[in-house]
Amino acid sequence: MKAGVVVFPGSNCDHDCFYVLNKIFNIDTVFLWHKDRNLNNVDLIVLPGGFSFGDYLRCGAIANLSPIMNSVVDFAGKGGYVLGICNGFQILTESGLLPGFLMMNSSLNFICKDVYVKIMNNSLPFTKNYQKKEVTNIPIAHKDGNYYAGTSIYKSLKNNNQIIFQYCDVNGIITEGSNPNGSIGNIAGIVNIKGNVLGMMPHPERLADNVLGGREAYPLFQSIIDFLDGEV
Amino acid sequence: MRYRIIVKLKDSVLDPQGQTILSAIKKEQYDFISDIRTGKFFDLQIDENTEDVDKKLKKLAYDILSNPIVEDFVIEEMVKN
Repeated sequence: MKAGVVVFPGSNCDHDCFYVLNKIFNIDTVFLWHKDRNLNNVDLIVLPGGFSFGDYLRCGAIANLSPIMNSVVDFAGKGGYVLGICNGFQILTESGLLPGFLMMNSSLNFICKDVYVKIMNNSLPFTKNYQKKEVTNIPIAHKDGNYYAGTSIYKSLKNNNQIIFQYCDVNGIITEGSNPNGSIGNIAGIVNIKGNVLGMMPHPERLADNVLGGREAYPLFQSIIDFLDGEV
Repeated sequence: MRYRIIVKLKDSVLDPQGQTILSAIKKEQYDFISDIRTGKFFDLQIDENTEDVDKKLKKLAYDILSNPIVEDFVIEEMVKN
């Protein structure tokens, strides 16, 4: 299989994602420049974290107007697998590939710390190597991660098991105190209805190598790579 | 022609920035103010003779300058003094 990491001006987790895919998992990985349209026959696209276009207008709004995003939307529409992390999640909501919107944290602060999340759905290509309701430690680093969706969208996310990660305490209890940013329903990550587009605020690429302090997020990459390796 | 597009969070969406400013200024003897909503504006210089300006600006505001999930917008033509 082959993976592509999209690079926008202001992306700053692109090399971290490339490192995990290419050096930890030995996957053929390429960078995809935002002005290009050619996806180089990749099987997985990662929209990395960062501050694309300086977060001007709204986080992810200008990145969404990049030529590469037309190709990413087509790719996802044909069932291609897309992972958006942090700013990548914001770009996915702006593009309409995922519902809802990421507002400024309710505290108005940039928050950079490790949090606990619960895996709510482990039946997807992105999560099958996790146990159901597994609680895992993962870093967040954002100012605009306060997930918002209207009542009907929130209900449909719940009913269709599209809520993948929820902020929780160390024991896996979903509490207001463990919600770092004010997200509705403690949402940390969701998928689209088809399950091929995942957006998440936490940074799995920062916790997939022991050198960086742990491999708690290793199963996420392992899941999608195993799945795509079986398919390709 | 000059136009201004004002974008702000919908009234149904909590505006933490507005709330923070409100609670700060209430301590500064502005306690007669009961609510503040923040937002942003875009001043646009439009070429004269542009057709369907209202329609085109509405599309711009809806598609790009605002996110209609959480934001509303107002379009105003700015009159020269």
